[in-house]
Amino acid sequence: MRKLIDSPQQKQQSSGRVHTSQKHESAIRQVQGSANYVDDITEPQGTLYAAVGLSECARGKITAIDLSAVRASEGVIDVVTIDDVPGHKDIGPVFKGDPLLADGEIKFFGQPVFAVLATSVVLARQAALKGQVTVDGETAILKASEAHQHSAFVRPSQRFGQGNPDEIIENAEHSVSGTLDIGGQEHMYLEGQVSLAVPCEEDRMNIYTSSQHPSEVQKLVAEVLDVRLHRVMVDMRRMGGGFGGKETQAAQWACIAALLAQRNQRAVKLRLPRNVDMHVTGKRHPFSNAFDVAFDENGKITATRMEVNGICGHSPDLSDAIVDRAMFHVDNGYFLGDSNIVGHRLQTNMVSHTAYRGFGGPQGMIMAEAMIDKIARHAGLDPLTVRKRNLYGASTGTTTPYGMEIEHNLLPEMIEALEKKADYWQRRENIARFNRNSPIIKKGLALTPVKFGISFTAKHLNQAGALVHIYTDGSVQVNHGGTEMGQGLHTKIGQIAANEFGIDSSMIEVTSTRTDKVPNTSPTAASSGTDLNGKAVQNACITLKERLAECFAKRIGRDELAQQVRFEDGHVGIGDEKMSFSDLIQAAYFERVSLSTTGFYQTPKLAYNRETGEGRPFFYFAYGVSMSEVSIDTLTGEYTVDQVDIIHDVGKSLNPAIDIGQIEGAFIQGMGWLTTEDLKWNDSGKLISENMATYKIPAIGDTPATFNVELYGKENAEDSIYHSKAVGEPPFMLAISVWCALKDAISSLSGYTIDPQLDTPATPEKVLNAIISTQQMMDSNGSESSSHSDSDSKTAAELALNSNKVSGG
Amino acid sequence: MIRFLINQESVEIDDARADLTLLQFIREYKHKTGTKEGCASGDCGACTVVVAEPNADFSSLHYRTLNSCITLMSAVHGKQLIFVEHLSDGNTLHPVQQALVDYHGSQCGFCTPGFIMSMFALYHTASTVNRDDVLNALSGNLCRCTGYRPIIDATLAVCEQQADDAFSRNTASTLGMLRTISTEGNDTVGTKNLIMPRDRKSLAKAIKDNPTAMLVSGSTDLSLTFTQQLKNIDTLISLSNMEELKVCTTTSHSLIIGAANPIKDITPALLEHFPQLAELVTRFASLPIRNQATLGGNVANASPIGDMPPALIALNATIMVDNGVQERAIPVSEFFVGYRETALKTDEWIAAIEIPFLNTHQRLAAYKISKRFEDDISAVCAVFNVTINEGIIEHVDAGFGGVAATPASCKSLHDALVGKAFTNKACVELGKAVLMNAFTPIDDVRATAEYRKTVLANLWHRFWLENQSDTTMTTRVVNHA
Repeated sequence: MRKLIDSPQQKQQSSGRVHTSQKHESAIRQVQGSANYVDDITEPQGTLYAAVGLSECARGKITAIDLSAVRASEGVIDVVTIDDVPGHKDIGPVFKGDPLLADGEIKFFGQPVFAVLATSVVLARQAALKGQVTVDGETAILKASEAHQHSAFVRPSQRFGQGNPDEIIENAEHSVSGTLDIGGQEHMYLEGQVSLAVPCEEDRMNIYTSSQHPSEVQKLVAEVLDVRLHRVMVDMRRMGGGFGGKETQAAQWACIAALLAQRNQRAVKLRLPRNVDMHVTGKRHPFSNAFDVAFDENGKITATRMEVNGICGHSPDLSDAIVDRAMFHVDNGYFLGDSNIVGHRLQTNMVSHTAYRGFGGPQGMIMAEAMIDKIARHAGLDPLTVRKRNLYGASTGTTTPYGMEIEHNLLPEMIEALEKKADYWQRRENIARFNRNSPIIKKGLALTPVKFGISFTAKHLNQAGALVHIYTDGSVQVNHGGTEMGQGLHTKIGQIAANEFGIDSSMIEVTSTRTDKVPNTSPTAASSGTDLNGKAVQNACITLKERLAECFAKRIGRDELAQQVRFEDGHVGIGDEKMSFSDLIQAAYFERVSLSTTGFYQTPKLAYNRETGEGRPFFYFAYGVSMSEVSIDTLTGEYTVDQVDIIHDVGKSLNPAIDIGQIEGAFIQGMGWLTTEDLKWNDSGKLISENMATYKIPAIGDTPATFNVELYGKENAEDSIYHSKAVGEPPFMLAISVWCALKDAISSLSGYTIDPQLDTPATPEKVLNAIISTQQMMDSNGSESSSHSDSDSKTAAELALNSNKVSGG
Repeated sequence: MIRFLINQESVEIDDARADLTLLQFIREYKHKTGTKEGCASGDCGACTVVVAEPNADFSSLHYRTLNSCITLMSAVHGKQLIFVEHLSDGNTLHPVQQALVDYHGSQCGFCTPGFIMSMFALYHTASTVNRDDVLNALSGNLCRCTGYRPIIDATLAVCEQQADDAFSRNTASTLGMLRTISTEGNDTVGTKNLIMPRDRKSLAKAIKDNPTAMLVSGSTDLSLTFTQQLKNIDTLISLSNMEELKVCTTTSHSLIIGAANPIKDITPALLEHFPQLAELVTRFASLPIRNQATLGGNVANASPIGDMPPALIALNATIMVDNGVQERAIPVSEFFVGYRETALKTDEWIAAIEIPFLNTHQRLAAYKISKRFEDDISAVCAVFNVTINEGIIEHVDAGFGGVAATPASCKSLHDALVGKAFTNKACVELGKAVLMNAFTPIDDVRATAEYRKTVLANLWHRFWLENQSDTTMTTRVVNHA
């Protein structure tokens, strides 16, 4: 560069710093339709379109694949099967088991068997329907019980615990057992899976994908194409929603597009139509869990046995860590006494279930609340009373079943705050009165807590990198390993960089995530995007600030004061000696100071030993409390969620508006998981809730008429980025209060003596069934009976699952 | 020729495929990518666009949301098509866009253009807006990120301070251009493959000339044939230009609804005379679907889970059919002859549906049970029309959906209850017993057979409770009436 551009006028005030509600960085483009997603990118010349052909049975050996009709179909350019893959045929993210296309056998209904390339999207999709795949069918395993019968596991079982729960439970005066079937969940990101592969010189490949994990896409594309990683570049600007569904599930489509692009030396776009997307991508794991719990006359838990069974589908994918996280969260915020926690990873002939907001945590945590409800009904206590009596603390215990000490527990004070703010006890009375006078419609109320562990439980993923450039006009470009899926990560990152340099956020550009800028990144998952990448960006900014401070101090002849240079309001200086940030940048350039650097971060304090099931898997916990009031119709099972009050802990919020948006959105998504979102497979193993007409996520009318969300506002005691806390996943589990409130309303039919069995999702049909069985139990027991529903529940032992199958414990 | 405006630009199409969707036209032909495809089935609203259409004398414009993914090009003929790229005035955001930004109403942003268009249409159609109006206007837009609260707040706020925008300022010139389009050229409206007759004579001829071509009105169901099943459809006969099929009139004893009149447009008349149908009509799919879908279409496709046929059965409606030469009336009870089969002959179309008014002794209620209240297909639909004279049940007409291969009636319910005192509690058990055994529904993705039967019986219980003269009991968690 010979001559610099004129230094721009700096605005004196700097907006968009941390702890303010800055707008989402893309909001203005999003409302104008000018925010581009992969399918919106201007296509390279001669782009072709791919589609996948799917299996029509759930299990068996492939004896023949006849693709002649596919090849003959209008517009078809190329057709590939697994035999056409030059490199790795298996794209399993952690463990093997996920062939790019079916490899000799069919493992689930709808498994992609071949891919076709054609001149238009419609022609490709039409051709994909014409394949003839002959399969020597075998009996598919579709249920948890069948998987146990056949000892079909995708990974070894795990266990951890404290003390000797068996002895306590066998000798306990009070104990209850229960089971719960927990439905899965379709991610239903509004933007479906899509990748664009653009071949470059020789064997190089550029990929534009909607993925939460560009580095893994890069690795898998390189392996499939049999080239080194440095020949593949992956670019990810934004996703139209991810929720975990694009953590591992995006790679397959990128790899298939890349394979076809490499063979044909043409740009290839593969975008899945919605129903194909729903058949071929994994979902939240359904679980089938059981517990036995002993407690004293005050409802205080003395011992717990818990078994969680994750229904994993055909391959491991991320299920090992997902079932681990379910196990880590069966305590939620409660001390479980002596404990034995067992987790199985069941193999079924279904699509391989995968990451989804909460990552197994919700399916574990709901068990804690199921236990509490059952104890409360048994003991004749209000569930909130039982909740409070069992929280971690001095009067109970502070060690989790996996041996981690709970510090900085916010739940006692947060519950008290919400109890008061939302008037729990008054409303409890009002509801009792309402129910007495309303024979058909019944109301229910529940206040439940959330304690969610923050960190990847796979320790090595807790690292992040950043790349920060300052250009000579003082504008800053920030790149980091995290991906933007709507959660506001780039907005927060921009705020962090603006805050560090003391400049306006309009001077910061956070670019698309690219594997050639920051290498070897972790997925944007585990709520960790801001925690990890924010710190990495901050570290890069600190490095640059040190260089600039030294440059500034030198200019004013006070080298020794470099430590005291401050960056604020668009200026750099010490006391009254200051210059604008952009002037200093120009000066630094002429002084030959490097204006670009990387940053790196690794989460401290993590030490968990999976072999012994002891240690600290989490840097800290995020907390939340929610209270839901519902109305149910005892004739139809229909219900409404009438009021929701939430207090949630995000530490010292980096951006309150974005954090509240995450909490509200997560709550409604969690409510959908527990209520209307009903995944159904038929007896052949085919998903029949395969589109938005048959799978119902919450619509606008499902938003509670009264929906109050408040941030708790206490800063994170751990040294996280500006003492904020992760927010992506924890509030999802606040929705468990809806499920408990539905049960509360049903329980009112028994005078709160019966804890109804309400497997999830609690569709109107399941609610009506629970109503009917509660009424029948009351009829058969007589209305004065204090019976509870132990009689109709299987114990953990009766599920025929025992610790013999456990290894690694 | 299909003529319309894209914002202020006049467009003519003469060579499009019959099954070209408006979304494909926008994204693939016009290369405007703000409008998104989320489902290609009219369920998510990411593809929502607005058409402004002139009233009869070209004095005002009516703004209507559509799901462009299941809309045919015939739907925009003579209208102004507006999509998200048109809303900003230079660098100035439209008020609805600014409101959504101010209220933090976008996260991933993929559903956002669709929401913006629904907000824009509401901004132009409603004078005062409450929360229910917002929910109704946005009922066809799904968002997976926000939980909707900021979107509701933004819409309420912006609709409270409606001001002129570029579109209202341009109304006169837009109307002028639309008038020009409507009068210029003597060529046939429509294209070779997408035939758009304007009167019954030309419709009869089109059917005769194209005996295999299907008739299409709102296209909200037919479109799934090509967007979901990927079938090619060479020729279609669109009824969207048939003004004579869009009547909505009354006689001394009945309401007559033109077959091709969108549900949204017939709602005021329908609810004026049959307010008890509010639960069915307001929960009929979503607003963008109601803006297109027609009563004739809902009847003609004869789906066992259509929302309106049970009501028409319970109300003893008559289906008026025509072949261009001769009209005839078919009682609705004889119209549905099998699974998605009707009594229509191959050269006939439905002209209108006639619904007789209720007399003072008739009690009517319509119930729809589904997993989700909005934009869902019923697991069970029940419409009861009971004539009670001096406390005695004189007649029971009832229509049901979701319980058989066709929309169904239930004569045995009448037989069991006729002559009984309605206040007698025995009526509850009698009716429930009949309904538990009247049908053999199936287990499917929406519900089990057992649930369908139980709920059907319980809905009779609900009807009985709600129609006791002294009742104050709350019997529903949501009240649509």
